[in-house]
Amino acid sequence: MRCFLNLLVPAMTVAMNVACVAAQTPTYNMGRTASQEEIRAWDISIGPEGKELPPGSGTAKEGAQVYAQKCASCHGPTGAEGGSSGDPGRPFSPPLVGGQGTLNTPKPLRTVESYWPFATTVWDYINRGMPRRQEGSLSANEVYAVTAYLFYKSGLIQEGDVLDAQNLPKIPMPNRNGFIPAKPERWWKPGIPSGDRSRTP
Amino acid sequence: MKAKEPGRRRFLKEGAVLAGWAVGAIRSASGQTPGSEIREIPEVPPGISNYGERSRFENSARTGAHTPFQDSVGIITPAALHFVNNHGFAAPEIDPRQHRLMIHGLVDRPLIFTVEELKRLPSVSRIHFIECAGNSAPAETGNAQSVQQTHGFMSCSEWTGVPLAVLLKEAGVQKGASWLVAEGTDANKHSKSIPLEKALEDVLVAYGQNGEAVRPDQGYPLRLVVPGWEGISNVKWLRRIKLVDQPYMAKMESMAYTVLWPKLEGKSRWFNFEMGPKSVITRPSGGQRLPSRGFYEITGLAWSGWGAIRRVEVSTDGGRTWKDAELQEPVLRMAHTRFRFPWTWDGEEAVLQSRSTDEQGQVQPTTAEIGRMWGVNAEFFQSTKTRVNHFNPIQPWKVTRDGSVHNALFS
Repeated sequence: MRCFLNLLVPAMTVAMNVACVAAQTPTYNMGRTASQEEIRAWDISIGPEGKELPPGSGTAKEGAQVYAQKCASCHGPTGAEGGSSGDPGRPFSPPLVGGQGTLNTPKPLRTVESYWPFATTVWDYINRGMPRRQEGSLSANEVYAVTAYLFYKSGLIQEGDVLDAQNLPKIPMPNRNGFIPAKPERWWKPGIPSGDRSRTP
Repeated sequence: MKAKEPGRRRFLKEGAVLAGWAVGAIRSASGQTPGSEIREIPEVPPGISNYGERSRFENSARTGAHTPFQDSVGIITPAALHFVNNHGFAAPEIDPRQHRLMIHGLVDRPLIFTVEELKRLPSVSRIHFIECAGNSAPAETGNAQSVQQTHGFMSCSEWTGVPLAVLLKEAGVQKGASWLVAEGTDANKHSKSIPLEKALEDVLVAYGQNGEAVRPDQGYPLRLVVPGWEGISNVKWLRRIKLVDQPYMAKMESMAYTVLWPKLEGKSRWFNFEMGPKSVITRPSGGQRLPSRGFYEITGLAWSGWGAIRRVEVSTDGGRTWKDAELQEPVLRMAHTRFRFPWTWDGEEAVLQSRSTDEQGQVQPTTAEIGRMWGVNAEFFQSTKTRVNHFNPIQPWKVTRDGSVHNALFS
């Protein structure tokens, strides 16, 4: 995580200069103040440090049951298969585990195990976007449990390990260092740079 | 004649009610006495609907939610033909009176706006294209026949709304905020991190599209417009903006919408924002047929996520020679630019293609040049099952001697 933050420093410096300009008194006094309760109710964003992860916990063993009930019909019996969602808008549900070692081959298999760089993203997406047609219906404990199940199937944790807000962000995802910044640069032909602003991690 | 009368009578009756309302309004404004002003309501022929329809002889339509550019003229995409990519989720039905936009996180004043409040704020209208990062992806469209299939995952509209910078100033962005997370109201609450710098530069919270409300498939009642950037950043059904100190690594940025270049030996590029310089001839284009030799205007569209199009060149001889096309004014930044080029077909085989240059001097590449960037040969794109985003090669159309036009990207 330290390495990640170091890479961000130039981006933050640039943005902070801009932000200081923006932080002024309101001009139009439009809108009303959001209460802390409203913010808590609406805010489902989980950042890569996991600061917003809610209380709760789950194990892979508990998650296996959730997975069988809510996930297996689309993603396959163990998560390695993928399958048909039966939804014409998005007919294929990808496999979620497996694929390590395939990224540098002609047939890369991008799964949670082989590709997703942050454990927090797994929690966040299951929480906001799964299961299909019942999005947002899982309890925090169920999301921790099914996340633990996927990490167990990926060989990242043991079956009995209890996943919670403290240890989830620290799960070492295999492809954590598999990404490079796409900072603005000349992709096509030499010319005048559009700016050396390093806005990306 | 007789059948017409009831309708006409009804119209006159309604017109009288309308006229009364109008006179009343004027009277109260000017203090005139009743009856001092008589307004004539122009007669409207029967059969005029309150929300117009096109000629029944016109049938240009989306297929697979792709815009039919083979029929397009000018630079604006009709809202009804704007491409749609909802990632498999249905557009939520939102009552604008119930909808709210929350701005919170690293701000002095977390705020909640109604749509009506947003409409009271200073507004702007800007013409911008929105292009899906996967537009022209060769695995899906490389051998496709028509420009609708190869390039239809983009569109261009006049968007009206409030600059996001205005809303951020109302909320008061705190020191340390460098990104924001925008979130939609769709079933999976689509979420995307955007650098604060871009948000303050030109991002809009749009409620209008081509002179009317944003269409439901386009984010009604509110959407982000992030000029020039991948379509996925233009969050629809916008409900929440959270100011944060780093990108939040949502699914759509930390794994989806990353590109796995073979040259990178298993690593991927992420946060690919601007769509590269691109152009395509829309007429004549694949699937069309030239009925006879003689004069044809070649026309098409050019655009770049990096700014304005400076130049479009057209070749009618397979790329041996290039000549400048005429650009339709005004040429706008991060907007479609219509180009036109006079051509006389001599009846022989011809390969037509266009090449754009943007304000930064970037030139639209060939497939082989993109291959060098990726670390593959051009054939890779013909056979790959890998997702190839940001694919912006020069698009050749081959006119055969029988006048039929074919996609010649890989031939």
